Amino acid sequence: MLLDYFLYAFNGLKQRKLRSWLTMVGIFIGIAAVVSLISLGEGLEQAIIGQFASVGIDRIIVQNANTGFGPPGSFDIKSLTEHDKEIVEKTKGIEIAVGRLIRSAQVEFKDEAQFQFLGSWPEKKEEGDFILESFSFSVSEGRMLKPGDQFRVVVGNMLNEKEIYPKKIIAGDKLKINGFDFEVVGVMGKTGNPQFDSIVIIMEDAMREVLDIGDEFDLIAAKAGKGEDPSKVAEELAKNIRKDRGLKKGQEDFEVQTPQQIVETFGIVLFAVQAVIVGIAAISLLVGGIGITNTMYTSVLERTREIGIMKSIGARNSDIFKLFFIESGILGMVGGIIGVILGFGLGKLVENVGKTVLGTELLTPVFSPLLIISALLFSFIVGSISGLMPALQASKLNPVDALRYK
Amino acid sequence: MKNAIIKLDDVWKTYRMGNVKVNALRGLDLAIKEGEFVAIMGPSGSGKSTAVNMVGALDMPTKGKIYLENRDISKLSESDLAQIRGKKIGFIFQQFNLINTLSALENVALPMVFQGVSKEERIKRAKNILEMVGLGDRINHKPTELSGGQQQRVAIARALANNPEVVLADEPTGNLDSKTGETVISFLTNLNKKDKKTIILVTHDMNIAKHANRIEFLKDGTIVKSKKLRIGG
Ligand SMILES: Nc1ncnc2c1ncn2[C@@H]1O[C@H](COP(=O)(O)OP(=O)(O)OP(=O)(O)O)[C@@H](O)[C@H]1O
Ligand SMILES: [Mg+2]
Repeated sequence: MLLDYFLYAFNGLKQRKLRSWLTMVGIFIGIAAVVSLISLGEGLEQAIIGQFASVGIDRIIVQNANTGFGPPGSFDIKSLTEHDKEIVEKTKGIEIAVGRLIRSAQVEFKDEAQFQFLGSWPEKKEEGDFILESFSFSVSEGRMLKPGDQFRVVVGNMLNEKEIYPKKIIAGDKLKINGFDFEVVGVMGKTGNPQFDSIVIIMEDAMREVLDIGDEFDLIAAKAGKGEDPSKVAEELAKNIRKDRGLKKGQEDFEVQTPQQIVETFGIVLFAVQAVIVGIAAISLLVGGIGITNTMYTSVLERTREIGIMKSIGARNSDIFKLFFIESGILGMVGGIIGVILGFGLGKLVENVGKTVLGTELLTPVFSPLLIISALLFSFIVGSISGLMPALQASKLNPVDALRYK
Repeated sequence: MKNAIIKLDDVWKTYRMGNVKVNALRGLDLAIKEGEFVAIMGPSGSGKSTAVNMVGALDMPTKGKIYLENRDISKLSESDLAQIRGKKIGFIFQQFNLINTLSALENVALPMVFQGVSKEERIKRAKNILEMVGLGDRINHKPTELSGGQQQRVAIARALANNPEVVLADEPTGNLDSKTGETVISFLTNLNKKDKKTIILVTHDMNIAKHANRIEFLKDGTIVKSKKLRIGG
């Protein structure tokens, strides 16, 4: 019975092929946008969480307050000092604390000078090991820096892989940093993070000398001891710094972050971005829905006589309603199916571009069944709601008037 | 003596076009017995179609009562009326009124869809009736691929799909040449004689009307003359 109505509605749509397709455009653009962007967002979230999980959740990062974006030092923020590092070290539950500097400087290679970020490498071996492990850094060529490597550097993977300078940089090459000569001893493994992959790593003392930096750090990376709760330790740490600076809770000019918090913060940002995207997609779906309503009204008008005929051979108002309601539902649903397929393709395309052009694995879409089912259900609902009024109008037509309609 | 299957009792129908009122029917009285073949004649605009539409439960009188099998149709719900149109009544129109996007077979099967007849049964029955009207080899043709006479035969087949007791034909030969018209009328005559169906036929053509048991002449919305041709029903 219902199947017959489906077939009839489908037949009706087939008779007006071009119009049906055009009507669905609004729906499938909206659905494609939602599916591709949400799946990419989900993938990004999973990848980021995965990365932090591999770092370990016992890491604590202390920075002076900034907006949270961009590398430290890129904004006008008061630096941390050796004194702050001591406070971190003395906090109960902290096993190790390492101060780091990240600044940009002029790096010259083969007579071409560019600004690159420099990252400091600790002078103590155990501190270097901690950084290696914390950021899951590896070396793909040559070796890492070690104490005593005063005028040697290790470069990020991108500098070695791509011609950012006239030539790719390899181990053994010579660089000039702010006019000082350095020798490249190694290349870091790929991290997938463009910021890390284009960095130049330099010993801390050398960096202070070359850039004329006094007693300051841009961030302090610390690790909670075994059996300690990292977030409790982080709280304690924040309390100690507040006390040292004479600040009340809520007045902090610094930040103590644990990976958990970073993941959460990231989640909030991602959610906001997705909310905007969904908002735009919703507008597209609304427009698509209005398109369906318009098409259905036209369709009802065109088939007024047909409605009269069907009523004269025994169709109830509810039968007529169902016919048109299902028809608009199909418009929405088919639009949704195409939108899902399109969104799937778009997500995969971005993944490919991410891998081949940007060299990142972070843009891997995750198509959850929930996402796909809700997209389809939603498009069907949009279609049905859009068809509600036209279908109601069709069902209420007076049979005699409908039959007389030219 | 058989009961009246259809009875119109002082039926008025007033159409309002803006401020102008048109009385399409003015106190029409008419009783039709089961198995009767009644022709309705009258000048254009005399209210023939209006009357037939009301008998077919497509329209409601402004005043007066219409009884189908002794049931007052004004007391019935919309879905009951649809049920009557679907099961008890078969409509045949001057303009054929087939659905152009459906094949002959689908057109004939459509009334059965609304009665919840199974697909198998529908196809079987639709094929049978189409064969009966001589269109067994045209079942997959769309109405636009058929001649006028063939289309009207599809419409007759459709009217018979749910085996109704009453067939209402509103100028069924109006768009056909006289020879094709004759074949259509012979179908209707057969339906009346063999299958004992009650038939109401609207026509302008005396040659066609003379096949009926009785002719009712309508003018300005009332019966002005009634002519018995032979005993029927
Ligand atoms: N829906 C309507 N709205 C307004 N007036 C109508 C409507 N239907 C019929 N009429 C009027 O009612 C009168 C009777 O119309 P009806 O169609 O019943 O005539 P008829 O006898 O069938 O004529 P014909 O032989 O031309 O088919 C006419 O004057 C017509 O204009
Ligand atoms: Mg008429």
